[in-house]
Amino acid sequence: MSANKESWGSRVGLILAMAGNAVGLGNFLRFPVQAVQNGGGAFIIPYLVCFLVMGIPLLWIEWSMGRFGGKFGHHSTPFIVDTMGKNRLWKYIGVFGIWTNIAVAAYYCYLESWTLSYVFHSLGGTFSGMDQDGVAAFFVEYVSLGESTFGIPFEPVVFFLICLLLNTWILSQGLAKGVERVAKIGMPLLILFGIFLAYKGFTITAGENGAINDSTVGLNFLWTPQYDKLWSPSVWLAAAGQIFFTLSVGMGTVHCYASYVRSKDDIALNAMSAGWMNEFVEVVLGGAILIPISIGYLGIDRVTELVQSGGLGLGFRTLPYLFYQWGDFLGALAGFMWFGLLFFAGITSSLAMGTPWIGFLQDEFNWKRKSAAWSFGLIVLILGMPTVLFFNYGVFDEYDYWAGTVSLVVFALLESILFAWVFGINKGWREIISGSDIKVPGIYKFIIKFVTPALLLWVFLGSLFTPKGGDWAAAFSGNWELDNSSIIKKIANSDLKAKLAAATDPAVIEQLQDTLFFVNASRILLVAVWLSLALLVYIAYKKRVREGRI
Amino acid sequence: MNTSAIVVMLLTLGTVTGLMLYFFWRVIKTPPKPEPDSYLDNDDEPGRQETLR
Repeated sequence: MSANKESWGSRVGLILAMAGNAVGLGNFLRFPVQAVQNGGGAFIIPYLVCFLVMGIPLLWIEWSMGRFGGKFGHHSTPFIVDTMGKNRLWKYIGVFGIWTNIAVAAYYCYLESWTLSYVFHSLGGTFSGMDQDGVAAFFVEYVSLGESTFGIPFEPVVFFLICLLLNTWILSQGLAKGVERVAKIGMPLLILFGIFLAYKGFTITAGENGAINDSTVGLNFLWTPQYDKLWSPSVWLAAAGQIFFTLSVGMGTVHCYASYVRSKDDIALNAMSAGWMNEFVEVVLGGAILIPISIGYLGIDRVTELVQSGGLGLGFRTLPYLFYQWGDFLGALAGFMWFGLLFFAGITSSLAMGTPWIGFLQDEFNWKRKSAAWSFGLIVLILGMPTVLFFNYGVFDEYDYWAGTVSLVVFALLESILFAWVFGINKGWREIISGSDIKVPGIYKFIIKFVTPALLLWVFLGSLFTPKGGDWAAAFSGNWELDNSSIIKKIANSDLKAKLAAATDPAVIEQLQDTLFFVNASRILLVAVWLSLALLVYIAYKKRVREGRI
Repeated sequence: MNTSAIVVMLLTLGTVTGLMLYFFWRVIKTPPKPEPDSYLDNDDEPGRQETLR
């Protein structure tokens, strides 16, 4: 019998934990950048359409799959999907639902540790008096494991360990007393901090505190709709991708959380509530901080240039400097709140990543919660250290690409096919509406069966064969040259090899050769972890057969 | 701000905030199901147990 007898403390607690799982750093750093790069206000149209026809269906699919598996005592995807499809291979597809979480947690906990470290640096006044280059240089020095202003040797490693210990300890306390309690504290604080920073973002006045633009300039830049962009497949692909990543679907965490819900209890309304809470944090709060504040102080041209390297650089290299334009006290307070909200966004997600592995060990090998939680911490430590030590050699990005991007799409595509076509849409629909506290619109039966899998297939194929420069018109007219960001070119390391071929400086050549080595080593490590998990699932299956549980 | 930006922004922020509040309000207002349910809170509350009889 499984040692897993856990429960959620309350319905609101479950929703906050599920919303916390979805709300991550991407809500504040990725969404606004995607919006700016893909049509401004017009981006919101494909974004919300994708939320309605892909996001909500996937949430309902995953919540109902989780609750269905929970009836049979399964709390991780390998055996949840095994109960839904007759083919023995399904449980190995379910391995993605554990592997993704372990691999993502390995680099995500490091990212989370930056936010924790920056909270202390903000309160300690590290950024006070620094110019923009100084704050940017601090970040570069930090991720290069350079000298710490706190005088702590290997400070990023220390904060990574603190963060990991904190995650592991909370996980060891259980669902209700650990994960749910953190969500109940973290989510309201995150929203409170977000409202304060959004208010500041909305009230910047040109000429005050060094601002060169009113807030309205940034808001115009973000929200002015460029309707011509609506015809671009790249914009729709970006919107679908953003919906996908913001909801944390395709990971196995939603299944795991929902597996602790009894079959007579609602999942349809719970899923809607958690999903819209995530959208509120992303669109309302996330859209009001990064871009309006950056443009208020740096101007449109500079910000356009900065967003090319993504929101991470803007959030860590630029905002701490901009906050200090409001004076020392408000600068420190805003820094504390910004990195504090990013920390809460991060930890509520990383805790979710620990639960599938813990559930698997409890269900299949009768491990106690505490031992399972500490084993998760140990694995993440081993797998995460390369991202800390070799950050500048692309290890972090490699984990993010394969585990945090490609794997999600693959798993979500396969689970949507399993749910609608193998398990069957009629049985699946009954699972969704069973115990429901809202009337689920009947149109979703059609959407879940046809539209969602088709959209996911399109997202996957679009990533596999991305045309050069995202020029779909040229691609469809016969000139389909692959972009270096496509999965196929990524596998071949085309971008790195092109840079290597063009490099002439011996130092640059050496750096690129080392990067190539670490990129390939990361892939081997990730494949080894996947195979080890698949072996564990096989052992668990054999154990079940021996015990007569199958 | 230009008119189209204001319209898109206010419509979006209003819709998203409104729907978030509406669904959360529905969760809070929906009476809990009789015990045993999925949640530990109120497990021993007499009123919740009686509905089973």
